[in-house]
Amino acid sequence: MRVSDQQVTPPVHAQGASARGAAEATANGMKPADAVSLIDVSKAYSTGRSQLLALDKVSFAVRDGEFVCIIGASGCGKSTLLNVVAGLDQPTSGSVSTAGRRVGLMFQEPALFPWLTAGRNIDLALRARGVPKAERQEKVAELLQTVRLTGFGDKRPHELSGGMRQRVALARALAQDADVLLMDEPFGALDAMTRDLLHDELERICSERTLTVLFVTHNVREAARLGDRVIVLSSRPGRVIGEYLVPRSGPRRIDSPQVAGIAATLTDRLREEMGRHGN
Amino acid sequence: MATDQALLGLDNLEAGPEEQAGSRASRMARTAWTKSWPKLLAIALVLGLWQLFYLSNFRGDTASGLVKGPGTVLPNLWDQLMHGQLKLAIGTTLERAVVGYGLSLVIGVIIGAAVSRIPPLRAAVGSIITGLQTMPSIAWFPLAIILFGGSNAAILFVVVLGSAPSIANGMIAGVDYTPPILLRAGKVMGLRGPALYRHLILPASLPAFVAGMKQAWAFAWRSLMAGELVVPLAGASLGVLLNTYQQALDFTSVVAVMIVILIIGIIVDGLFSKADLAIRNRWGLLDPALGT
Repeated sequence: MRVSDQQVTPPVHAQGASARGAAEATANGMKPADAVSLIDVSKAYSTGRSQLLALDKVSFAVRDGEFVCIIGASGCGKSTLLNVVAGLDQPTSGSVSTAGRRVGLMFQEPALFPWLTAGRNIDLALRARGVPKAERQEKVAELLQTVRLTGFGDKRPHELSGGMRQRVALARALAQDADVLLMDEPFGALDAMTRDLLHDELERICSERTLTVLFVTHNVREAARLGDRVIVLSSRPGRVIGEYLVPRSGPRRIDSPQVAGIAATLTDRLREEMGRHGN
Repeated sequence: MATDQALLGLDNLEAGPEEQAGSRASRMARTAWTKSWPKLLAIALVLGLWQLFYLSNFRGDTASGLVKGPGTVLPNLWDQLMHGQLKLAIGTTLERAVVGYGLSLVIGVIIGAAVSRIPPLRAAVGSIITGLQTMPSIAWFPLAIILFGGSNAAILFVVVLGSAPSIANGMIAGVDYTPPILLRAGKVMGLRGPALYRHLILPASLPAFVAGMKQAWAFAWRSLMAGELVVPLAGASLGVLLNTYQQALDFTSVVAVMIVILIIGIIVDGLFSKADLAIRNRWGLLDPALGT
């Protein structure tokens, strides 16, 4: 099913979209700066004799406070993309800039340190960025409150459920005082009910803290539910092949017709891309 | 707020019911029994076979007084502890064990840390460390005696050569198997250099390190016993006692000393197992459903 162009803008090329986005912002009289910008970013891995191109001239920008979802089928270099933005990996060519903003990263696994309690995991992130000891205890309590886990600070990761662990990981990422949160399929391993609740929570936390989020997922509904904008990547190599603006009109639900419509559009675009590899 | 309520409810559902208190004593007694009856049965079986061997008078050894029944050992052990040199011998041997193991720990940690951090060093000595482990410690004694004479140092030399490689290997394995996802998380958090080691790599390598320590203890204890038997030293030690009783053809006393050696080995090994279990419990690596 296709949705009308009123709800979803037709796919446009990346550069076109950023230009248009900028034009809109100027027209509104405000000019949010780019929190993340990628210009012609390519990343190649050498595997033995052959070279594997993971990203091919990917360009896009994320404005301050924007929630951008990236979807793509297998092999679109989603994780590579986040690693490059996080600075864990260097691009082969092109440039990445986060304009001096602090970047936090969340993975599909919570990646909590199993020898520390939930509270101490958060505390370590504060400590790593040099928060004085006197302030840390209060901050940990505040962050636990933010992810609705007050009272669970003394539990070890294995004593918590998957959803709770992922929230501790979120609190830990927030403890890094990140302006930009990079999320690599953070809810991919959770059951649907927990995931829905965490979408609401994430939305609330983002609005409370004016976070910029770059959210990678392979779930089209999740992308349509959360994103202000959805970027579609092609597979092998990863290229930007589509970009969809999602209009925000009040609270969204994963099972709302609007989200379903956008999800259908995204699915069509992805299937078209997968079909290309079927030949 | 509805979301919060739902989330809280889900958390409570997933956290599971609180463990029931109350019958804790009876449960512990039951666990103790489940754990101990197989061991008791095994001991009874060994004693039974021994008694049968004694009664069979194989080669006339019972009649000649060379082989004694199991009933003679406990009184002999008690007598040796009360009146003989056994207590002194245990003291001497344990002191050597502590010094030798302590040295291994220090040397093993230094080598392990160096090898895990410096790639060329790893290429050079990584496989030698594993090779050293397969070398029977008794084969070192001729060299040790040439270098140090029939002295305490010769014994400690072999104990350290026997157990330090296990410590080093445990440490290297621990550093190597630090999960990459945790390393990524640590780097994003901004942990670098010494802080990365202190807060991430060292704690993450603890289980492998303790496993290495446990293995090192087994090697140290064996090497020490071999050393005390091979290196002729004056004064009482468990090895010297064994030698003395062997020359006197004192079957019962030899078995009594062997039992002491076995028990000390088992107790220390048990302490390491306890430490290992405590770590795995802390990390949530135990599956209660499997009853481990």
